[in-house]
Amino acid sequence: MESTLRGHVHKFGKNVDTDVIIPGKYCNIIDPAELGKHALEGIDPEYTARMKAGDIIVADTNFGCGSSREVAPIAIKGSGTSAVIAKSFARIFYRNALNIGLPIFESSEAVDGIESGDEIELEPATGVIRNVTRGTSYQAAQFPPFMQSLIDAGGLVPYVEKRLAEASR
Amino acid sequence: MTLTQKILARHAGLDRVEPGQIINANVDLVLANELSAAVAIGVMRGMKGADRVFDANKIALVEDHFVPAKDAQSAKLAKLMKDFATEQKIKHFFDVGRGGIEHVVLPEEGLVAPGEVIVGGDSHTCTYGAFGAFATGMGSTDIAAAFVLGEVWLKVPATIKIVYSGTLKNHVYAKDLMLRTVGELGIDGATYRAIEYHGSTVDALSITGRITMANMAIEAGAKNGIFHADEKTIAYVQERTDRPFMVERADSDAIYERVIAIDVDDLEPQIACPHTPDNVHPISQVTREDIPLDQVFIGSCTNGYIEDLRVVAKILQGKRISPNVRVIVNPGSQKVWMQAAEEGILTILAAAGCAVNTPGCGACFGGHMGTLGDGERALSTTNRNYVGRMGSPKSEVYLSSPATCAASALTGIITDPRVVDAALV
Ligand code: SF4
Repeated sequence: MESTLRGHVHKFGKNVDTDVIIPGKYCNIIDPAELGKHALEGIDPEYTARMKAGDIIVADTNFGCGSSREVAPIAIKGSGTSAVIAKSFARIFYRNALNIGLPIFESSEAVDGIESGDEIELEPATGVIRNVTRGTSYQAAQFPPFMQSLIDAGGLVPYVEKRLAEASR
Repeated sequence: MTLTQKILARHAGLDRVEPGQIINANVDLVLANELSAAVAIGVMRGMKGADRVFDANKIALVEDHFVPAKDAQSAKLAKLMKDFATEQKIKHFFDVGRGGIEHVVLPEEGLVAPGEVIVGGDSHTCTYGAFGAFATGMGSTDIAAAFVLGEVWLKVPATIKIVYSGTLKNHVYAKDLMLRTVGELGIDGATYRAIEYHGSTVDALSITGRITMANMAIEAGAKNGIFHADEKTIAYVQERTDRPFMVERADSDAIYERVIAIDVDDLEPQIACPHTPDNVHPISQVTREDIPLDQVFIGSCTNGYIEDLRVVAKILQGKRISPNVRVIVNPGSQKVWMQAAEEGILTILAAAGCAVNTPGCGACFGGHMGTLGDGERALSTTNRNYVGRMGSPKSEVYLSSPATCAASALTGIITDPRVVDAALV
């Protein structure tokens, strides 16, 4: 399981969609680092210039709505952003983030209690979110057991490998 | 059980499934385009023991987003998918000139049938709900897993039932009905939910109209949007495939999370204003002289069908489009293009001053062949209008039916097709 994540917060509003996370014209790029250079470009062209590796995105409801492009979470991860906390995530983005190993946390209280620039700490294993700047802490929603087992296995790829190995035995 | 639950239960080998339950479902078809496939193929290559796809006849690969290749990088992705199709002996591979937009092509080719489970590396995979199939979009890692296992894990969604009543007025279309629905639900109003479409209004719709509506279920955040298959559906599918399929029906005691009634008798043409597809208003509140259009786009998996082009051609026949606007038309598939050519539609459109492109996604996602610049405004038959969707983050996209697009092409401002039609007679 990943260790504690720590970084400064960049806060966004509701319905941050995949077209602004990574505009369509970049969707023929595969390299995560190259994609990362354009993360959030459609909503905040300065994001990648301002942020430092490890920083954390905090957003309101329905983060990642729109297309199924897996390059959206890949771009965020590729930019060096360590996690996303939101009140809620769009369905496909949620799956994609888990599958590619971008840590995501759902907590309305945390989003309301954190402002841009705050320094926060995250415990991926427990979902505990600590606001170091303000001295508050929050508990993110637990993943359903099946998803937790996928996460514990290291994502969907190792899960499929295990299934294939079982089938060939 | 609802229609979605019935289909999922059968594909998971279970008698019953409940909303929230996580299941493994067998899939009847796995779809990808050159962008989602490129990532999925990379993931699959990295999976230990994953040398072959689960069934070379149950995968569809369609080149449609950046086609014909817009640059060397796009050509590289297209080639990557083509090489994979050759290596894995994928039966349903559609190159440029033989396919078109994935969601237009699959139904045309008989690859979609009632009762099936279809997953695709594209969010508008939900389109196939028009045929009574469970169909949903996923990202590339999920698609890679489906390529090799032939199954996916799914959380069974709760269902929102929408019952439509009344008759659509002249120049009010399925697109207007669906824009109104997305406006009502909101862009996250159906997140993690299935939408089940009911009522006399949708029973009367053509297959194309149902496609338009199922296509935009994702615009309300839904996992899938589904219609019950009827004689029209069965006739359409049986004309295209001999494959056996099983028509499912929701139980009479199915439990719905919400039931919404929408009466369409007074429905006007609808417009989604910038910058979300749920920012929907009746056209009478949107038509204004001071918001001139730079571009009109007609096409996409929502409205790139022959029925749509016929409506547009009828309005533009013998006319010239406004000198202030450019009009780009992308027929949805090679078959649609050929049909339009046979019916003289392509000539009508070209004579009116439209640029008619080869089939593909084109301008729909700001990829190429009609990308908007800073400060430009478009009216489009597509499904999304998020910031920068069709190009510059400083551009604006309004969404409407093909008829409203055609009427607006003549005037250069957003125009009610009923007004133009009245002026014609
Ligand atoms: S036409 Fe537009 S919405 Fe449809 S698959 Fe292509 S890019 Fe996506």
